Amino acid sequence: MPRIGVFVCQCGNNIESTVDTRKVAEEMKDLPGVVFTCSYKFMCSSPGQEMLKEMIKKHDLDGVVVSACSPHMHEATFRKACEKAGLNPYRCEITNIREQCSWVHPDKTKKTGTLKSMDLTRMTIERLKRNRPLKTISMSVTRRALVIGGGIAGIQAALDMAEGGIEVILVEKEPSIGGNMARLSETFPTMDCSQCILTPKMVEAELNENIKLYTYSEVEKVDGYIGNFTVTIRKKARYVKEELCTGCGECWEKCPYKAESEFEMELKERKVIYTPFPQSVPNIPVIDAPDCVMIQKGKCGVCAKVCGPKAIDFEQKDEFIEEKIGAIVVATGYELMPNERFGEYGYGKIKDVISGLQFERLASSSGPTGGRIVRPSDGKEPETVVFIQCVGSRDEKKGVAYCSKVCCMYTAKHTMLYKHKVHHGQAYVFYMDIRSGGKRYEEFVRRAIEHDGAMYLRGRVSRVYEKDGKVIVQGADTLSGTQVEIEADMVVLATAMVPRGSAVELAQRLGIGYDKYGFYNEYHPKLRPVETVNAGIYLAGTCIGPMDIPDSVSMGSAAASKVLSLFAKEKLAREPIVAHVDTPVCNACWDCLTACPYKAIEKEGIRDREGNIVRWHAKVNEGVCQGCGVCVAACRSKCIDLAGYRDEEVFAAINAF
Amino acid sequence: MKIPYYPGCTLNTVAKGFDLSARESARTLGFELAELEQWSCCGASFPLTPDNIIGLTSPAKVLIDAAKMDPVVTTLCSVCYNVLKRTAETLAEDTERQKVVEDFIEERYNPSIEVLHFVEILRDRIGFEKVKEKVKRPLGGIKAASYYGCMLLRPFKTMGIDRAEAPTVMEELLEALGLEPVEFPKKIECCGAHLAMTREDVVAKLSGDVIESATGCGAELVVTSCPLCQYNLEEAQSRAIEERRDWKTVPIVYFTQLLGYAMGQTEGVACFDKNRWDARELFKEKGVGSCQG
Amino acid sequence: MKIKIENRALKSEELKHLERITGEVPARCYQCGNCSAGCPLSYMMDYPPSQMIRLLQLGRIEEAKRAESVWLCVSCMQCYARCPKDVSAGTLFEGLRHLALREGKDYRKIKELDMPFLKGAPQQALVCGFRKFVS
Repeated sequence: MPRIGVFVCQCGNNIESTVDTRKVAEEMKDLPGVVFTCSYKFMCSSPGQEMLKEMIKKHDLDGVVVSACSPHMHEATFRKACEKAGLNPYRCEITNIREQCSWVHPDKTKKTGTLKSMDLTRMTIERLKRNRPLKTISMSVTRRALVIGGGIAGIQAALDMAEGGIEVILVEKEPSIGGNMARLSETFPTMDCSQCILTPKMVEAELNENIKLYTYSEVEKVDGYIGNFTVTIRKKARYVKEELCTGCGECWEKCPYKAESEFEMELKERKVIYTPFPQSVPNIPVIDAPDCVMIQKGKCGVCAKVCGPKAIDFEQKDEFIEEKIGAIVVATGYELMPNERFGEYGYGKIKDVISGLQFERLASSSGPTGGRIVRPSDGKEPETVVFIQCVGSRDEKKGVAYCSKVCCMYTAKHTMLYKHKVHHGQAYVFYMDIRSGGKRYEEFVRRAIEHDGAMYLRGRVSRVYEKDGKVIVQGADTLSGTQVEIEADMVVLATAMVPRGSAVELAQRLGIGYDKYGFYNEYHPKLRPVETVNAGIYLAGTCIGPMDIPDSVSMGSAAASKVLSLFAKEKLAREPIVAHVDTPVCNACWDCLTACPYKAIEKEGIRDREGNIVRWHAKVNEGVCQGCGVCVAACRSKCIDLAGYRDEEVFAAINAF
Repeated sequence: MKIPYYPGCTLNTVAKGFDLSARESARTLGFELAELEQWSCCGASFPLTPDNIIGLTSPAKVLIDAAKMDPVVTTLCSVCYNVLKRTAETLAEDTERQKVVEDFIEERYNPSIEVLHFVEILRDRIGFEKVKEKVKRPLGGIKAASYYGCMLLRPFKTMGIDRAEAPTVMEELLEALGLEPVEFPKKIECCGAHLAMTREDVVAKLSGDVIESATGCGAELVVTSCPLCQYNLEEAQSRAIEERRDWKTVPIVYFTQLLGYAMGQTEGVACFDKNRWDARELFKEKGVGSCQG
Repeated sequence: MKIKIENRALKSEELKHLERITGEVPARCYQCGNCSAGCPLSYMMDYPPSQMIRLLQLGRIEEAKRAESVWLCVSCMQCYARCPKDVSAGTLFEGLRHLALREGKDYRKIKELDMPFLKGAPQQALVCGFRKFVS
């Protein structure tokens, strides 16, 4: 006969106000196998836990039911207490009589709540009787990490992990690491030059012995589970042998063909063999195959001729590399929403209407104009520049509902950069709200207005058009309640930040969640901000949502610390709530294999003495199985059971109702 | 104790009761308000723009003359107090403007001059406890609203007679006199001030709102320290009773009128009859104000 | 209404002059509206204090000078007392009055004043009124 103890929690008044816990305890006393019951004010308090332990010993209990709040809250607490008292922790089961009972049955006579609590508790008792002790599963761990994305968040995560002694593989799809931050001129609110603070980190990442860089590469495939992933990386053909190239630059000096520079946001042309920017890491060029006359038509080959170390290889093919790793940090970053979506601003039609990132390039000393702010149309210094905020952001209809968070700050910065470079210039900013939450941010915006004379207009722009070489901006200033018109020379759009176009595809490959925009979902937005639902995969930077550099860096470090603490363990322990196959009964129909959303089911063959496979059956990979139970439902021969939720246990609970 | 006293124009004429009762009260409390031997108008408005130096000369001259007697000068009228105090602060802080003013007046300015309101003298030098001891006609049971208006308090940094947004100094004095102070929302709002000259309608609205706010909180009497407030509130009431039958008038009095009366002065000194609504009728109605000892 | 904003107007000489005589910088105002909330005359004004400052920010000083608000402000300093940016709308109003009065544009002629008022009102009302409304 089992020896079960039932502990009913009052949770102060949370449960007690609609459930007569004493009565519940009293009622359970006479059930067969129950040897002790009680009601207690706060079971989760230390005295409550102590009492639990004491009663286990005193009554020699072999199973415990705690009827209290949701198991999400304190299952771990009570199981730990049981373990300390010498009980297998999985012999402790929780009945949720708070969220699923007392809080939803406001009957002050306590009748409904009490009856329901009795039912629920009785069901748990019956389930517990058939419950088996379980042991946590322990798994080996590969102490290497993969970082996807070589922007500031990814670089920071890689550096922190490398510093912690972990081998890191950093995959970047562009020819150089650096991400969007490499494009920025100065950074708010301190106005330090973006490249000056970023490039040391890029170089550090290149030189660090623990970091293996794969640039111009993408993650093709991800298999496995926490501690034991296998990834396939596609290393795109660079047409340059990395091991031979010295980065001398002879090839791009001599290359006779040009194409629009992606890095310079179409403000400048680059050669067909190129590095994105002078401080590129690695300083090894790539050939832009679609634009290369040699690759397309077999004519030219100038680069190969001038290359001293003979590093050019027009025959190079994409390469696939397999790497074994234990954890993944995803830091794929953001891009800007296409401005063409907003016809009223004339982007794409009017040359002097540019995006914020383009303005960054204009203001950057290493940019296409060497830091001179000039109009793209005629190269003249603009005397009046209008900045339009919230282009696409906070626009549910044509754009996205969210606020892109950084635009208020960088627009203020733009007005300052502009004023510092064009002293007689006048900046206007159309805004809806100025969102400058952050250390020294509000002060920064006020400086732009009060010190550098930026004229802020609270309202939207209705139309931008060209007239006599000017860009006319029509809009409203709602503070004075008037429509306004400004004859500008240039217009800068603060366009919404959106996830990378490839974000959703990658999320599906990784098995992590994403929202309707394609931003990746945190496990918990507040309490587990860098984890995902897929254990072992972490997030950092703007792939989660719009954020600025300090936040991206913090998250990179946070993700790195998560990986380091994961790798600090000798073996990984995980919940034993996984499926098991009763192999002799399995008839190898493979319905489970199709049904499993985690690819946790494998085929296993039984061999005869000669080594020939005579029979197949399904096998669950305990490392991958998430215990969802889909295979249990799918199995025709009823040979799969879920530990902790075996059919026998569940049916016993139902029968007790 | 003699304290140099600047009465200002209005107290010399239409607000005579304010002046007389204060002088008499001072004597009862053991000091003398020594009127400056010569004085001019303060200008009745502080020149807000820093380039308006001419506006500083008149109050500066008052301060120069006062400083010859004592480094302290007191006044009763809120406006005079405001103008003198702000002028004193401006000239003490801005030596450049001080120099221009000195050259104009052809006299040296003494930046150590301190401007105190009469109520500050009572609170800080005499003490409300002492005032309470001198009360012979306790005005118990009368609900009085202390109307501060603007000039005693703003700008806070300079004026600082009491806590900026929630002053209580007047209430404390009234309590000492045996009245029951009434808290009301509009006690530091504007009466309409010199718009009396151009926009009676606006003054009637603003002052009327002040009175309604006070009476709405149970006030039977409104106490002020400013002749212009007093005038505007009375004007507003006169207008209100013509337009609204349900309007209940309340006496609008200077705090010194109550002070002197409570301390047993003869009724003539306070000139209650010069107020449009005589507070003595209220005292009679309430059965208070008879001399005890 | 629709206006054309011009760089020139934002930095006009008259605006600079107003800043000079008042010592106030309208650009410091971030339009929170605290002045308009507390101003006892807001309800009567064609442009409440914060909007008057807005006009100055936009370089529309001519409109600001023409506003009736200028003559309604009584310098009670509630605006300044509450301003989180230490801008004194009251002082700007006074500056605008000066601009008008120094051009000889009196708001009231002494002759037009009401006799009963002149006789009954406290002196300070007359002195103050003359200083605010008459050049």
